[in-house]
Amino acid sequence: MATSATIHSHAGPQGFIRKYIFSLDHKVIGLQYYFLALVAVFVGMFLSVLMRIHMVWPTAVLPVIGTIAPETYLQLLTMHGTIMVFFVLTTAPQSGFGNYFLPIQIGAPDMAFPVLNMLSFWTTFVAFVTLLAAFFVAGGAPLHGWTGYAPLSALTNSGPGEQMGADLWITSIALFCIASLMGALNFITTTLDLRAKGMTMMRLPLTVWSWFITAILGLLAFGVLLSAGILLLLDRNLGTSFYVPLVVVNGQVMAHKGGSPLLWQHLFWFFGHPEVYIAILPGMGVASQLLSTFSRKPIFGYKAMVYALMAIGLLGFMVWGHHMFMSGMSPYTAFSFSLMTMAIGVPSAIKTFNWLGTIYGGHVRFQTPMLFAIGFVSLFVSGGLSGPFLAQPVLDIQLHDTAFVVAHFHLIMGVAAIFGMFAGTYYWFPKMFGRMMNETWGHIHFVITLVGAYCIFMPMHYLGMAAQPRRYSQFTELAYLQHLLPLNRFITYAAIITVLGQFIFLFNLIHSMFWGEKASDNPWEATTLEWTTTTPPPHDNFGGHTPVVNHGPYEYNVPGAPRDYIMQTDPATVASH
Amino acid sequence: MGLALLAIIWLITFVSTYFFVAQTWWLPHGVSASTPWIDHQFALTYVIMGVVFVAAQGALGLFVWQYRDRPGAGKVAYSHGNTKMEVTWTVLTAILFIGLNLMGSPIWASERFAPAAADSIPVEVTGMQFAWYFRYPGPDGKFGRTDAKLIDPSSGNEAAVGLDPSDPASKDDVVTGTMYIPVNREVDLRLRAIDVIHSFFIPQMRFKQDAVPGLDIHMHFTPTEIGDYEIACAELCGLGHYKMHGMVHVVSQEDFDKWVAAREAEK
Repeated sequence: MATSATIHSHAGPQGFIRKYIFSLDHKVIGLQYYFLALVAVFVGMFLSVLMRIHMVWPTAVLPVIGTIAPETYLQLLTMHGTIMVFFVLTTAPQSGFGNYFLPIQIGAPDMAFPVLNMLSFWTTFVAFVTLLAAFFVAGGAPLHGWTGYAPLSALTNSGPGEQMGADLWITSIALFCIASLMGALNFITTTLDLRAKGMTMMRLPLTVWSWFITAILGLLAFGVLLSAGILLLLDRNLGTSFYVPLVVVNGQVMAHKGGSPLLWQHLFWFFGHPEVYIAILPGMGVASQLLSTFSRKPIFGYKAMVYALMAIGLLGFMVWGHHMFMSGMSPYTAFSFSLMTMAIGVPSAIKTFNWLGTIYGGHVRFQTPMLFAIGFVSLFVSGGLSGPFLAQPVLDIQLHDTAFVVAHFHLIMGVAAIFGMFAGTYYWFPKMFGRMMNETWGHIHFVITLVGAYCIFMPMHYLGMAAQPRRYSQFTELAYLQHLLPLNRFITYAAIITVLGQFIFLFNLIHSMFWGEKASDNPWEATTLEWTTTTPPPHDNFGGHTPVVNHGPYEYNVPGAPRDYIMQTDPATVASH
Repeated sequence: MGLALLAIIWLITFVSTYFFVAQTWWLPHGVSASTPWIDHQFALTYVIMGVVFVAAQGALGLFVWQYRDRPGAGKVAYSHGNTKMEVTWTVLTAILFIGLNLMGSPIWASERFAPAAADSIPVEVTGMQFAWYFRYPGPDGKFGRTDAKLIDPSSGNEAAVGLDPSDPASKDDVVTGTMYIPVNREVDLRLRAIDVIHSFFIPQMRFKQDAVPGLDIHMHFTPTEIGDYEIACAELCGLGHYKMHGMVHVVSQEDFDKWVAAREAEK
């Protein structure tokens, strides 16, 4: 600890490039990740709007773009999924907010490995550019979906975009894996080694717990995806047959032999399921933090929350087969995968109960960050409860690969996680930029987004029950899908309105950065360490001194205390509890 | 804002639940022997999850309004939680979720662990970009050999699945683009794919199974109503995925025998 404090006791870099571009400061790197994700999320949303338009008006001629072909739809779908999962859901909540606030919340001057931190951001940046490049090469982006099932993804002649575009797609993901591994290592080391005096593990804010556990998941999961991706590149370019058995494409016998398409699925989902938790755990951390802060009440069951996070992380590695009930793997394995999946519902339910228990009996303040935290809980419940349907192999027979699945994972790992990001943005904006975001526009943004998200994704459950398959570019071919068209149109309208609503957020964000009301050091009257330092924090976070922690993170309305909250650094004698 | 939030959360809950309860959009009418079992398990799960959904959203809306910060609000109860409650809801959720899972397991087992009945109709399903082909073994009851080198999708039927005419067992094999099966008799499916993964989905039969290159996957089901039912591909298989559909005609045993005889005569 002393060593790293010494390293950072010097003044920060003054040159523009070292200060803002190749910065070693975790706060700058956090913002770089955040803005990368912000660009990515608008690209991803734009693609989804094009998809929704094509699904319900397949022959529509759009300005500039023209008519979207079915194969273009699949390319949009692949890029939408990949951008959103990797460059939004994994990037903003963990690498963005985590980078900025994990060191400050544990009282550290920076991450344990600042150079590695910079390297991991710039690798992510290159990965993102590589992915977008797939749009512009011959054949365009790949059409194999974000899950890239082999042999579709392993053969260069299986469809448009499966040439150069698919290679770029895999390369991008491989780079992203490397960046995430570096980031994970940094987060874990920092949490274990750089905590301030008195910051015991059981005094960590739940945000830090969630970033810490997410980092462990990332360390174990991304390595597997990286290897899987390299094998896929070899299959495509060097004639190996890891994933490809003897196949005939367009009447042409391919040179592959003996590979297993299921191997890719096992490797992919061994990463893919923990990835869901990588996306949502930081949101859970933020929701816990905010529900306590804005209810002015300690979090209900802090230890249960920590153990639930651990349980979710652990079980998350034992359930990947529930994506594969229909894949042709042994039907016997479905039993264990399904049982483990149901078991994961238990810690998830504990968290929900505890969030409700935190609000119960509190003094709820309806500032924008809190609204999004409440929205997070609502969406987590809605998205979570469709899980026990899909976790049962026997119901998966009907629901697998239908719109029901799309509804499930968008609500829980998409929208709920994004609500976690919005909550985090409105909450930490004053600390990051020294100004407040506009509350009125925040409230309007919240209502549009919450109602809009439900209008988009709740009807997809109905579509899935009515057996509408996912990844269909249009519903013109199957007679039984015709009566679902009005509902599909409704979803498209809702999606367009909701996406337009996000420009309110963008405007509020940019406008407030320069013209927002000046923020005090602790505008929300919160207790954790980032609110003890100046706004924005100095280069070494605490202006030359190292904080000493005397309290847990959620001491609100402690009997006998002079005000309704006790900062973690307040003297130990401030109240007995 | 508290009241507005309560109204929004409750309204969302009410509207969502209404369409589930009214069954405005619902599972398609089921026509296979496993339908009652699967639909029952679905209904059970749906009632339990529905109750939890309404209770949780209802409580969330109520709490944020009831405990809003306002002048004259009572003192905040300082509490770090309640272990007894934690244990109670942990145990209850565990019993509920795991119990539900165990109840559904026998249905899964009956369809997959036991082989098809002795008098079942063998049908081989082959998926390729972007069509389904169905092969019947003919009077000898044996599927003839296929060979990847002979596969020619553009010629359709026998050539599309790569049937090897030099094998005597393949002489009486019938390959078609639409599926015919007799009612109330088990179908012993053998699923293959020649290029990429496809998924054989008959929504009204409550049947879905991926067809994977390199694997022969055996499955069985029993249609219970005469009629025509659509087949969809449920696994992304390329640019024509959305139009990779087929039709299964469930007919009487008599009509089925006539249909097979006519196909044999055509050969």
